[in-house]
Amino acid sequence: MTEVNTEVATGVRMRTESLSVHYGPAVGVRDVSIPIYDRSTTALIGPSGCGKTTFLRALNRLHDLTPEATVTGRALLDGEDIYAAGVDPVTVRRRVGMVFQKPTPFPTKSIFENVAAGLRLVGIRKRETLSAVVEQSLQGAALWNEVKDRLRTPASSLSGGQQQRLCIARALAVDPEILLMDEPTSSLDPKSAASIEELVKQLSESLTTIIVTHNMQQAERLAKYTAFFFVGDLVEFGETAQLFEDPREERTREYLTGVFG
Amino acid sequence: MTLQQRYLRDRLIVALTAIATIVVVAPLLIIIGYVVVRGFGALSYEFFTEELGSPSRGMMGRPTGLVHSIVGTVIIDLLALFMAVPVGLGAGVMLSEFPEHPLNPPLRILASTLNGMPAVLIGLLSFSLIVRPMGRFSAFAGSVALAFLMIPIIARSTESVLRITPWTLREAGLALGLPRWRVTLSLILPASRAGLVTGTMIAFARAAGEAAPLLFTSFGQNYLNTNIFRAMDTLPQRLYSLAISPYQHWHDMGWAAGIVLLVFVMSIFLTARIATTRFARWMENRFND
Repeated sequence: MTEVNTEVATGVRMRTESLSVHYGPAVGVRDVSIPIYDRSTTALIGPSGCGKTTFLRALNRLHDLTPEATVTGRALLDGEDIYAAGVDPVTVRRRVGMVFQKPTPFPTKSIFENVAAGLRLVGIRKRETLSAVVEQSLQGAALWNEVKDRLRTPASSLSGGQQQRLCIARALAVDPEILLMDEPTSSLDPKSAASIEELVKQLSESLTTIIVTHNMQQAERLAKYTAFFFVGDLVEFGETAQLFEDPREERTREYLTGVFG
Repeated sequence: MTLQQRYLRDRLIVALTAIATIVVVAPLLIIIGYVVVRGFGALSYEFFTEELGSPSRGMMGRPTGLVHSIVGTVIIDLLALFMAVPVGLGAGVMLSEFPEHPLNPPLRILASTLNGMPAVLIGLLSFSLIVRPMGRFSAFAGSVALAFLMIPIIARSTESVLRITPWTLREAGLALGLPRWRVTLSLILPASRAGLVTGTMIAFARAAGEAAPLLFTSFGQNYLNTNIFRAMDTLPQRLYSLAISPYQHWHDMGWAAGIVLLVFVMSIFLTARIATTRFARWMENRFND
């Protein structure tokens, strides 16, 4: 109980303690302990294969589906370990939403049904409620004006950038507390990417977001905090401005100045 | 090796492949041609409206036909399909979606074994499960045998179809907080429905052509019957009985039965084939950038 209170006082929404992920004998990410601050964006950066996506996926228990993946350590959401015995991963994922690198609309469902999918599952059947939340979520994802006249058309008819915003709307519809984003703009053209970025910036005012990115400028533009990963290790965590301008670690400096990576 | 030689080798390989193709296709054409030529004469209006009756019927020039076999085939096959689809789909879902479940490995072995099981043994299985306890041959027992034949085929095709649905679709559903059963039911199965239908139809066509599992289950008879708890006739089995009978006009009817069976099975295969192509194209449109 005291733990919860201190977390709230310091604005920490989530905290990992010595979190490690192994794939069989191979290390995905090792011993990561960082805080995730409430209503702010945290960026995870680092070269390919450094474990940032692996770490991100550990935060909503997506590794549960990979039989050879083992997660050790703790990931505390509001002070409670999401890996503790008896915690239902489904409940965790409802609180911690996720947007993937490639847009993943449900191919057989309409735009409306894509956004409503998560709500139907929690038993919301009332037409008006669904419509209201769908509209609100699509507006939150800056997609409403483009699709309001064709909510019944298949989600696959949208462009890549629109599909990604649809996925964000779908994630927002279930009202998550934390939104994980795995390189959400990397498969999009620059214009769509810019609109997603703008969206993330707005969302972070009311939502805790964690974003994996290869794009250093993106991290600088969006994130209040940044964690730098390298070959499975967390090298440095800090405020973005400090980390980019005056990194404490030599490896961070080298990566940021393009010595490797 | 000179360019000339490489061209030669290339042509040789193409020729060998062409020969192999002919060897595969020729029997099919021969069967179709032969059956049609031999059986066409026996096809008539009565063939589709009258029951067979005793051999003397035909000999004395009274109308005779195979309506009871055609009706029986439809009843037994559909009943079998009805029983096999839920079980086959369920097993396929287990094989593909729940690899860590303790029942998965034994199920895999059982499905493969059942798949390779001689059809006549499957008939024996149904004989001991249904015919013996109930004390009589029945269409129901025949359907059970055919269902056992279809289940592993449906399970395997379901598994492979579900395997090719993108993994990202599952993750997207799970990340939304959907439980796994829900992801399977409302996302994975609908996304692969065309492929599932195709696999099921192939299993159906396969079972529809079987005579062996029906020999001591639905048993067969010469008169029209629609009671599924009595012996019932089917085309594959009737074809066999007519062929080994000592009557010329029954032999002719056997060939005609062959035509009907061919048309029946081939139209199912053809539909499945078209559905598969559509499915592949559809999958590409959905999931490729």
